[in-house]
Order: sequence, then C-alpha cells, then structure tokens
Amino acid sequence: MSLERSDVEKIAHLARLAVSDDELEAVTSDLSNILNLVEQMETADTEGVEPMAHPLHMTQRLREDEATEQDQRNLFQSLAPLTDEGLYLVPRVIE
Amino acid sequence: MHNKTISELALGLRVGDFTSVELTRSYLDRVSKFNNELNSYITVCEESALQSAEIADRRIRAGEAEPLLGIPIAHKDIFCTEGVKTSCGSKMLDNFIAPYDAHVVSLFNQSGAVMLGKTNMDEFAMGSSNENSYYGPVHNPWKLEAVPGGSSGGSASAVAAGLCVAATGTDTGGSIRQPAAFCGITGLKPTYGRVSRYGMIAFASSLDQGGPMTRTAEDAAAMLQVMAGFDPRDSTSADQPVPDYMAGLGNDLSGLRIGVPKEYLGGGLDADIEASIQLALAEYTRMGAELVEISLPNTQLGVPTYYVVAPAECSSNLSRFDGVRYGYRCSDPKDLEDLYKRSRGEGFGPEVKRRIMIGTYALSAGYYDAYYLKAQKIRHLISDDFREAFKKVDVIMGPTAPSTAFGIGEKSDDPVTMYLSDIYTIAVNLAGLPGMSIPVKPVGGMPVGLQLIGNYFEEAKLLNVAHRLQQETDWHSATPAGFE
Repeated sequence: MSLERSDVEKIAHLARLAVSDDELEAVTSDLSNILNLVEQMETADTEGVEPMAHPLHMTQRLREDEATEQDQRNLFQSLAPLTDEGLYLVPRVIE
Repeated sequence: MHNKTISELALGLRVGDFTSVELTRSYLDRVSKFNNELNSYITVCEESALQSAEIADRRIRAGEAEPLLGIPIAHKDIFCTEGVKTSCGSKMLDNFIAPYDAHVVSLFNQSGAVMLGKTNMDEFAMGSSNENSYYGPVHNPWKLEAVPGGSSGGSASAVAAGLCVAATGTDTGGSIRQPAAFCGITGLKPTYGRVSRYGMIAFASSLDQGGPMTRTAEDAAAMLQVMAGFDPRDSTSADQPVPDYMAGLGNDLSGLRIGVPKEYLGGGLDADIEASIQLALAEYTRMGAELVEISLPNTQLGVPTYYVVAPAECSSNLSRFDGVRYGYRCSDPKDLEDLYKRSRGEGFGPEVKRRIMIGTYALSAGYYDAYYLKAQKIRHLISDDFREAFKKVDVIMGPTAPSTAFGIGEKSDDPVTMYLSDIYTIAVNLAGLPGMSIPVKPVGGMPVGLQLIGNYFEEAKLLNVAHRLQQETDWHSATPAGFE
C-alpha cells in the first residue's frame, strides 16, 4: 500500500493534526511502510470468524442512572488554557 | 539497602533496623545521584515522599504490618496522581497536574507505600525503546548507550538501578515485559481487567493493562496483591476474586506442563538468546516440569493485527486532547480548526502522530472492514491458538524479546523494525492473557528475559513458576556495574 501525499493530507485533516510540508514526505513514507506491514493480515483466512471486541467476551456492565460525581468545575477548569465565568474559551466560531 | 526485596525491607522496618524515613531518604539520594545519567524519573516527589514515610513510620510503630507499608516505590507517569504532574511522557500534558488519583495509585497510598516520583516513558506509552519521550531517552543501567526498552522504560531502569524498590508499569503490547527483559528485572502484565484502568491514561483500551515491575517474583506478588481487584469505575474491570498471591509461591512444580511454541524458538531468534531460554527450560525440567512442543500458528499475524487495533483505539482515545479543556494549546490560533490542528500537531510527538493517523485511516469510511474488522477477526484466531494450547499445557514459555537491548538511535528511524521487536509479547495482549518476563542467563553482559504466559486469571500460577526458578538460580539478583 503506497499512500500519496494528498492521502496523508486528508488523513491529517480527519485527525485534526497539523503536518507541515517539511514533514509530509517522511510521514507519507512511514505510513506507507506501516500499511505494508498491516497488509500481511490479508494472508489470514477469516471466513466465518467472529470479530473479537473484548478479550474475555464480556458484555458492558450497566449501572443505575444516578449522579455519582460531585461538581468539580472550578478544579477542572483550573487546568484549562482559557476559561471565563465557567466557560471554556475558544476562537470565535459564530460571526 | 537498595538491593533488598520488599519482604526483606518490610522486616527491617518492623524490627526497627531502619525507619521508612531513612529508607526513603536513601532512595531519594540515589535518585539525585543517578537520575542525571539514567533519566528514569520525570518528576521526583521528595517532600511528599518524606511526609508519607513519616506517616508510615507512625503506623509501623503502632504495630501495623501491611506488606508495602513504608516501602518506596515509583509510578509510571501514565497513572494520574492528585496534585502531581502527570505528563504521560508528552509535551501535550507537560503542564497537567492531575486532579485525582488513579485507582491503582489510591490502592498503593492506602497500603502505606511511599511514592518517590513518576517515571519516564514513551509518549502515551507508544514505543519499545523509551526514545519517544518528550523528556528525552532513558538509559539502560547495564549499558548507558542502550535503550531500557519501552514503553515502561523509566520504571524498568529505576528498579534495575535501585532508584526505587518496585514500580508500576503498563503493558499494551509488551510495555512491561520487554523493558523488564532489557533491564534484567521481573515484570508482570496481568489478565486484561485484573487491574483497574481508572485514572490510567488510555492508549488502546481493549489492550491496556497495569502491572508490577520488581526485582523478584515474590515482590511482584506483593505488588499485584495491592493492585488487583474489581473497580466499578473501570467498565471493563473483572469482577473476579483475588487470590492470595504470596500463599501460592511455595507450590511444587513436578508435573507442570510447559508449552514451548515452535514459532517462538528457532526461526529469526538470536542463537545466544535461544541458548539462554533453553538453559532456563532445562532448569525447569530438573525441577520436575515437562516440556511440550506446541504451535501458535498465527504468531506472525500478531504484529500486523496489533498495528490496526492499537492505532484505531489510540486515534479515538487521543481525540480528547483538543487544546480546549486541559493540556497544551498552541499560541494565537486563528480559528477553532487551527486551534485543534496546531495544538495537536505541536503537542504530540512523531510516533504518536503516526499512530493517530494510521488509526484514523483504518477507521475511515470505506476502510473499516478491510482493516479494523479484519484485525478483530484475526484477534479471535490468535486467541483461539492460545485456548487450544492451554488444553494441553499449564504455562507457555519462550523469549520475551528477539534481542537484548539495542542501542539508542539504532532503530528510531524505522518504525516498522521497531514494531517487530514486540513479536513475542503482542499476541498476549491481543488475547488478553497474563504474561510475565523474568531474567535468565545474560548474553554479552546484557539481560535476557524469559516470557511466561498463563491462562486467564492464573497470575498466581505464573508468579509461583517464576518464583521457583528464582529460588534455584541467581540470574535475577545480578546488579548492573556502577549501581551496586
């Protein structure tokens, strides 16, 4: 599997990762090599095999729908890059 | 003092040979003496460690005798520690002071263990050499130009060099066992679900598992006793009783059936490493165990499958790092998309970005069946290989890694070669089984690890089997020159 630079640009956009033009060539080659490794999966016959989502085949546990967490907004927001009156601030999205 | 096991130190504390404050001080002194050359620790918590040690001394004087009370340990910097920087080896979390403790950290605190600090690691636990840390590579105490393995390389080098008594690690594809092998220590990856993942920063959630890294199997048993158990805050935590791991350590090995996978020995394995493994196996037969050749026919598919499953889950887990709520934010973002892209592009290192992109690609529209679904099916085949094997044998043994510790910089330009160094450990995570690495005869002065793989929730058996070898041989007690 050989990716083009444009493929990598698209993947990087989907992943919301800035990849500079300088990095693009090396990243394209690295990702192509990794996908070549991954493609060895094609040698396996998986006809009729169930996909395995959990090592112990457990189903997700459910709990009662009740509030268990305390309000720790001030503590958590103290870690944020930019907040104001309990809100997380980002660049303007609505003109 | 720093060459002693947990139980030896606990005895010394109880009979009053030394106090926990003295013990902690002696480890802190070693950390300040050696951390410059090894880079094992990202954060050292001198003040809080001495405070915990004082509290432990009071509890000991009051007659308490919990196994880890007053024992200085270190946590991999992937475990959240309230009020202490928790970086996960990343620039992204360089400014992150965790607001709560991981479940594992709470358990150790309750046990009275003293936390010396947080150990270095590959960024977000992605790597096999510890070269992917934002805080620089960790050095192997056996040879400073060599890697300690990864991703729990800081914990491994700290234990090997006597910069803590024991440490925690995490293992997604070999990240406890491979550095344990490279640094000549004992490492245990428990069954998936045995140890809570709450507060353990997620990489690949269906594979991640925390475990102990120690000088001996007996120490690993003491550590696992604290770590293991059900936690309702981890939705995949296993609600299974926790046995007394110390109690099983004396069991006789006669009649033990050891499966030796033909795919693990011979082939591409270094001949000297094979000889070390054979020597350990011969030791087991001398103790009454029986060797049975088995086959794990899908071994070669482990690495390719892992490099779909792990990146796919990582791309999803790491989407939370958005430069908005915590962690790194780029300067002067021009709009929201620029904020996301540059915060992530600047905050993550190259390996993390590669894996996020591989995962994003594998999960993107039109590729899901060919990659993720196919990988989940092969995962089933790999798991079935082990199920078949465990019908015939009690434990599986082979090498932990195909080589001894390689040089810093030797493989860092070639991700695929680096990935292949985890060939023997990865399948164990895909199947969710417990695995262990213990030191056997070194090759060229460098440690070699024997890997032990057990059936689900059979950590007690693995610990016993490992402990028996350590009773009969002294490979595990070797100390790197300069760190005696």
